[in-house]
Amino acid sequence: MNWNSAGEFFAMGGYGLYVWGAYGVTLVLMLAEPLLVRQRHAEARRAAARTQEES
Amino acid sequence: MAMTMRFFTYASPPRFYALAGALIPWFWIAALVLGAAGLWIGFFQAPTDATQGDAYRIIFIHVPAAWMSMVLYLVMAFWAAIGWAFNARLASMVARALAPTGAMFTFCALWSGALWGKPTWGTWWVWDARLTSELILLFLYLGYMALVNAIDDTRRADQAGALLAVVGAVNVPIIYFSVKWWNTLHQGATISATAAPKMAHTMLTAMLLMTLAFWAYAFAVVFMRTRAIVVEREQQTEWVGELVRAQGAQ
Repeated sequence: MNWNSAGEFFAMGGYGLYVWGAYGVTLVLMLAEPLLVRQRHAEARRAAARTQEES
Repeated sequence: MAMTMRFFTYASPPRFYALAGALIPWFWIAALVLGAAGLWIGFFQAPTDATQGDAYRIIFIHVPAAWMSMVLYLVMAFWAAIGWAFNARLASMVARALAPTGAMFTFCALWSGALWGKPTWGTWWVWDARLTSELILLFLYLGYMALVNAIDDTRRADQAGALLAVVGAVNVPIIYFSVKWWNTLHQGATISATAAPKMAHTMLTAMLLMTLAFWAYAFAVVFMRTRAIVVEREQQTEWVGELVRAQGAQ
């Protein structure tokens, strides 16, 4: 085990800002992307439903 | 010929829509399980590096993101070219669906690289071959997305995008070999087919698990986006009509 406490874990041997800055932004982007895609899919289905009603 | 006929039958948008829809949950499960295992080994099993301390742990997302940025570009150029050459609609849709995910991984590689460079090299950024060619990759993705969105005629947009994607593919080997061809601050290839890995087994395992997790993520999110594009483009067709009526009735 590398860490004796949660504080040590978050400090990352003094590199916490760099390590968590890299992981944090990557995590946010990888959570946001599928949510945005899901919205796009829902919007596409609504637009298709409108088109189909008109025809 | 029979093979290509069968390929195009299975590549029909309604078939793809159903098949991808069934596969997406499994790719999400794989991404979560592999990602959790990779992070666990990367943070709790892999030892602190003797020279870089714990800053090196950025490698577990940096290298997989950089690999994905290059692989997804080549896959995008491949499907864009297939769509162009054979007038295969679905291939062009897949190419478009790959671009934002590739751009996202390229940004993650650059961002995590900057945050790794500061404590180890003393600078966020240098204009050397590896970093500059990876930045050009980001601009190629963004340029491809802007180009296909700027042209109203879908087929023409797909063709113009394919041309840009294929020409831009020359940048990928430049990125990969840049650390060999030019003097650079960036370290050499992490994994080589000819030399034994220079890192601890736990480090290597964590990095490969994270790479597989990113692969599964890419499949899941690209399939999701392709399904959205299929509905956008086929909204007048009978099968999409049945699809949205079935969902409206639920």
